[in-house]
Amino acid sequence: MPESSFAGPLLLSFRLALTTTVVLAVLGIPLARWLALSRSRLKPVVSTIVTLPIVLPPTVIGFYLLVAFSPLSPPGNFLREWLGVDLVFSFTGLVVASVIYSLPFMVNPLVAGLEALPPSIREASLTLGRSEMATLFRVMLPAAKPSVITALVLTFAHTVGEFGVVLMIGGNIPGRTRVASIAIYNEVERLDYAGAHAYSLILLSFAFIVLLAVSILNRRTIKTF
Amino acid sequence: MLTFDIHKMFSPGSPAPALEIAQEIREGEFVSIFGDSGSGKTTMLRILAGLAAPDRGRIVMDGETWLDTGRRFSLPPQKRGVGFVFQDYALFPSMSVRECLLFALGTAEHTARAEELLELTGLRDLSARLPSELSGGQKQRLAFARALARRPRLLLLDEPFSALDRATVEKFQEQVREAHRMFGVTAILVSHDLGDVFKFSDRVFRLSGGRIEQSGTPGAVFGGREVSGKFRLVGTVLSIEPNDNLHIITMRAGSELAKIVASPEEINGVHPGDRILVFSKAFNPIFMKIG
Repeated sequence: MPESSFAGPLLLSFRLALTTTVVLAVLGIPLARWLALSRSRLKPVVSTIVTLPIVLPPTVIGFYLLVAFSPLSPPGNFLREWLGVDLVFSFTGLVVASVIYSLPFMVNPLVAGLEALPPSIREASLTLGRSEMATLFRVMLPAAKPSVITALVLTFAHTVGEFGVVLMIGGNIPGRTRVASIAIYNEVERLDYAGAHAYSLILLSFAFIVLLAVSILNRRTIKTF
Repeated sequence: MLTFDIHKMFSPGSPAPALEIAQEIREGEFVSIFGDSGSGKTTMLRILAGLAAPDRGRIVMDGETWLDTGRRFSLPPQKRGVGFVFQDYALFPSMSVRECLLFALGTAEHTARAEELLELTGLRDLSARLPSELSGGQKQRLAFARALARRPRLLLLDEPFSALDRATVEKFQEQVREAHRMFGVTAILVSHDLGDVFKFSDRVFRLSGGRIEQSGTPGAVFGGREVSGKFRLVGTVLSIEPNDNLHIITMRAGSELAKIVASPEEINGVHPGDRILVFSKAFNPIFMKIG
């Protein structure tokens, strides 16, 4: 990816958002199922931790992650020495930070969707001899389809839009960690308003189209119920 | 043979009493559980299906242990081979009628059986529809077909007739009886409708406060004695009017109104709003062919 290209930061943003969404779907679906069905006393605690990134300033998350991932701290040192992974100022670090930062946008809509399902449809599937796994993927998630779409799209869009966490943990390295939102900041600092406008307009159009698509898609899904 | 002995305490402070039931049900028997809401009927079905756990108990089906709290053993619902018809039908919103039956059957090799079920329940022409595109009666039939799909050893019906109009119920009940005859499945019906109980059951458990107050044939439980007549009707008394030295009872049975004559001794203790059983010996009803 050419360092100074205009498309570079945009592509990086979308690559980051896509990776984050896939990782969060894998982690978030089982977590959401647990939160929706469990009666454990730990549930309010876990639910609070999941929601925390919504209210925390992104710079706070970024700061703690920066401290934790720094090669000078024990966890950062462990990752570098034993796994050869450097999470500070790297794409992998951005993905880890984004996964934490966007966690509530994946998990909360899924929990709401799964909790709204009548418990009997899960039970019916179990009495038909189907495993919990098959029940989740073939009965519960399809029945909660609008929530699944909302969760995936919000996660993706929210990751495209993040700034503070990315700047803290990733810095502003062209081609590696300079995503579109940071490129805008960069252009403004350089007083290149045309460049800033171009990125901003693309992100604005993207956000508008995504939300419009979700609302049309979900209305169609809801109608068939 | 299904043998069970279950005890369940409700959460502390709850006004609802504990469930405490021990019974044996023969293979192929059709048993009804009759009782007010909150008497523990649904809980009992859920425990039998493995969807709820009692505090203490044992369930043995045809020699196979399903539950033994003494040994901390509980067979998961997936392995019990139970067909459950839920009160809210519990249909899968994303699956068409046919997809739903195939999902219930498990593998694609069972397409022939899916066709058979579509035929039995009269859903063949609707097989591509989603549950949201079905009427109440059709949803009911789909829920029933789905429960029968895996040829369950035990069929549990949780108030399946409560949300439907009378005509739909009659038609559906005919199918339930037909299926019961065909598959010879042991069945337990939860109901608070006396008419359903009379129509179906070999035996009735009358549940009250989580305990079986009475059990026996419907006639014995609700008539106070064995009813030998062939014709019987359950209805609600609307009014009792004296007429010379007799009384005329106006009653409602389903959507029909009927007037019957009763002697002063017979109406003793009967009041408007009471449920009554009207029966007649095989030799005295008057009937005529109407179709």
